[in-house]
Amino acid sequence: MKVLMFGWEFPPHISGGLGTACYGLVQGMNFHNQEVIFVVPKLWGDEEPVADFVNASTVSIDYRERRFKKLWKNLTYIEVNSYLVPYLGPKEFKKYTSSVLQGSTDMQESVFSNSFEFSGKYGKNLMEEVARYALVGAQIARDRQDFDIIHAHDWLAYPAGIAAKEISGKPLVVHVHATEYDRSGESVNFPVFEIERAGMHAADHVVAVSQLTKNICVRKYGIPAEKVSVLHNAVLDASIITSAYQKKVPEKIVTFLGRITFQKGPEYFVEAAKKVIDRDPNVRFVMAGSGDLLTKMVDRVAELRIGTKFHFTGFLKGDDVDHMYAISDVYVMPSVSEPFGIAPLEAVRHNTPVIISKQSGVAEVLNNAIKIDFWDVDAMADAIFGLLHYESMARMFKELGGDELKKLKWEHVAAKLVTVYEKILAQRT
Amino acid sequence: MRTVCFYFQVHQPFRIKPYRFFDIGEDHHYWNDYLNRLVIRKVAQKCYLPMNSLLLELIEKHGSKFKVAFSISGMFLDQIEAYAPEVLESFQRLVATGQVELLNETYSHSLASLKSKDEFVSLVKKHQQRIQHLFQGYTPKVFRNTELIYSDQIGKMVAELGYDGMLTEGAKHILGWKSPNYVYSNSLAPEFKVLLKNFRLSDDIAFRFGDNTWGDFPLTTSKFVSWLNALPKEEPVVNLFMDYETFGEHQWAETGIFEFMKYLPEEIFSNSNFTFSTPSEVLASLSPVSSIHVPTPISWADEERDLTAWLGNDMQDEAFDRLYELEKQVRSTCDPELIRDWEYLQTSDHFYYICTKFFSDGSVHEYFSPYDTPYDAFINYMNVLSDFILRVKQAHESRATTLTKA
Repeated sequence: MKVLMFGWEFPPHISGGLGTACYGLVQGMNFHNQEVIFVVPKLWGDEEPVADFVNASTVSIDYRERRFKKLWKNLTYIEVNSYLVPYLGPKEFKKYTSSVLQGSTDMQESVFSNSFEFSGKYGKNLMEEVARYALVGAQIARDRQDFDIIHAHDWLAYPAGIAAKEISGKPLVVHVHATEYDRSGESVNFPVFEIERAGMHAADHVVAVSQLTKNICVRKYGIPAEKVSVLHNAVLDASIITSAYQKKVPEKIVTFLGRITFQKGPEYFVEAAKKVIDRDPNVRFVMAGSGDLLTKMVDRVAELRIGTKFHFTGFLKGDDVDHMYAISDVYVMPSVSEPFGIAPLEAVRHNTPVIISKQSGVAEVLNNAIKIDFWDVDAMADAIFGLLHYESMARMFKELGGDELKKLKWEHVAAKLVTVYEKILAQRT
Repeated sequence: MRTVCFYFQVHQPFRIKPYRFFDIGEDHHYWNDYLNRLVIRKVAQKCYLPMNSLLLELIEKHGSKFKVAFSISGMFLDQIEAYAPEVLESFQRLVATGQVELLNETYSHSLASLKSKDEFVSLVKKHQQRIQHLFQGYTPKVFRNTELIYSDQIGKMVAELGYDGMLTEGAKHILGWKSPNYVYSNSLAPEFKVLLKNFRLSDDIAFRFGDNTWGDFPLTTSKFVSWLNALPKEEPVVNLFMDYETFGEHQWAETGIFEFMKYLPEEIFSNSNFTFSTPSEVLASLSPVSSIHVPTPISWADEERDLTAWLGNDMQDEAFDRLYELEKQVRSTCDPELIRDWEYLQTSDHFYYICTKFFSDGSVHEYFSPYDTPYDAFINYMNVLSDFILRVKQAHESRATTLTKA
């Protein structure tokens, strides 16, 4: 079987978990000898040659093709002039929109031009890029006949998937790694929601990264439950990491590591920290990462007068991330809504006990973790205290967590995906 | 004579309320009164009251031919006294017929037999006194240990307390080719007799009765009696041991479990030569065919029939060891409230909730646990235990001050 996949990023040039998940999935497909044509907006040239890569930036659109014009008209749910920028908070958003307003161009013109350089990022011209990407999808589908099924990863690639389906008539699978409800809670960006909805409805089948995400597809996007399959993510490397890095303080360390945004629930971590510190002064809390809620968190920590026990590291990368995991006695992921959440599995690789919110997809696959509701700061504080004081539990997590990771393999995910494909293709014939 | 011996286990733990670490040192009431009352009231309606009245009916109908045995834990007696006195009365009526035997166990359904002889003996005596008090001086003669836990050593310890015999599981790995349908004797105390549960026939009723994926579903009285008749003629006794909650709670009334029990005696009397006996009657009438060797403890739980449902993972062992470290200190306080909490904290169920086999042997454990995961159960238990340790320490300190002052 040959799959035409549309992604948005691919390692090593990634800014989130999407690229890593795509990489894992492609590796899994290779394991089962399935061919993948992988399209990304921009290729950097240093990607590992695991798939037949197509660089969308080098695809020129044949604008004489009538079907493309028609397609463009049908893509009206992409509001081309919106100033939508995901992953940005209100302040940064304002900075962007003011600059865009001054230098706005005719989008349709630029999208239809012969050459178009994608940034492949999540920046200000995102909608423009998404629209152009859809046309690239159509072009590839017209030029290449050698694929059996189309697979689009997350909303940025859905329009490309839909276009490719319309041109080629081949079935479409959309892969939901996250939804607008995870990123923004109830205050969704309507244009993004619309693209997501259109993608899921146009698809022959929807793949969700967790039951939690499946439920959102069903409840919020009106997709029939039988049209959605759950395929949990896996880990690329399940080996245990032993670090020689030593911590420099005598106290136990409890860590939050991730973007400091609404979705990740940092404020609950701060409140729980206060409750623990009140009872046990021999603990330090660390919030590693950056995001639009960072200053608010700093303010709250000061207000609670726990600043000498609560530390901010800013954005960590490379070895620093590993060191942070290594010196942590407890890792907490209090996400408000996390479609999957791979970070706790990284903590497990460092033998660090984890507390995860029940509102995360990873809670569906990880048994050796304490699971709490993100809003239940009492339960969170209690779990932290328990892990720090009742040692046998941390010991058990170390013993069993590693074994559990070994079961989460991309080749199992790919095997399930192949059966999903086979079912769709069988239904067509 | 061939005979069927029914014994029902009646027990409910004092479940612990959600107890956070901020409560340590402040809140000394550990028990989930609301949930405990709710469970007792609910199960009373579904099981205890209807099944007790069915048994009473059967005794009235069949006279001295029908009999059963109960082991009622002290935790259960304390709770029905408080939450459902009508259940206590109905048990009292049953015992008053003389057709119902009561067995002795540890008052708090404890695992003390594995850890401390002194504690074990003290809990056995307390249970005995409790039964004497509630059932007009009735004194049990046969012993059943928590979860049918038994080993050669435990058997010997019980023999020394003067009981006629003891009940345990007919575990495959202990019996090998031997049949559970005989009386055996303890290998260290040859006079002391052991009755073994026929787990296949017991579980046909207790676990499989309502399972419509089971090949023998539905189980009728005539089918069950044909299985009894199919047993080798020389095997004298079939021990059917099960949780009392089988009737109406584990197997809902809709499965027909009450009708099954209602017509089973009739079917047995008319289509087999089996009779009904209580454990002490079986022990009195049959001699042991051989001794049984049980060097490491067995129980009636899970596939393994060992102790791993309660002990063995790091958390269970930590909780268990921390608890029993306190034994001497607690007993020496002579403080009735501390001793009550100490006894309630020993209940095996607390350790059962911390079992991580859960992930594989899952469904049964999950069904019985008020916690989402064993980790929640462990944290909650350890928080309570931390407070309890503080109280024991304070009790000793204040006693020391009083002594110095005096």
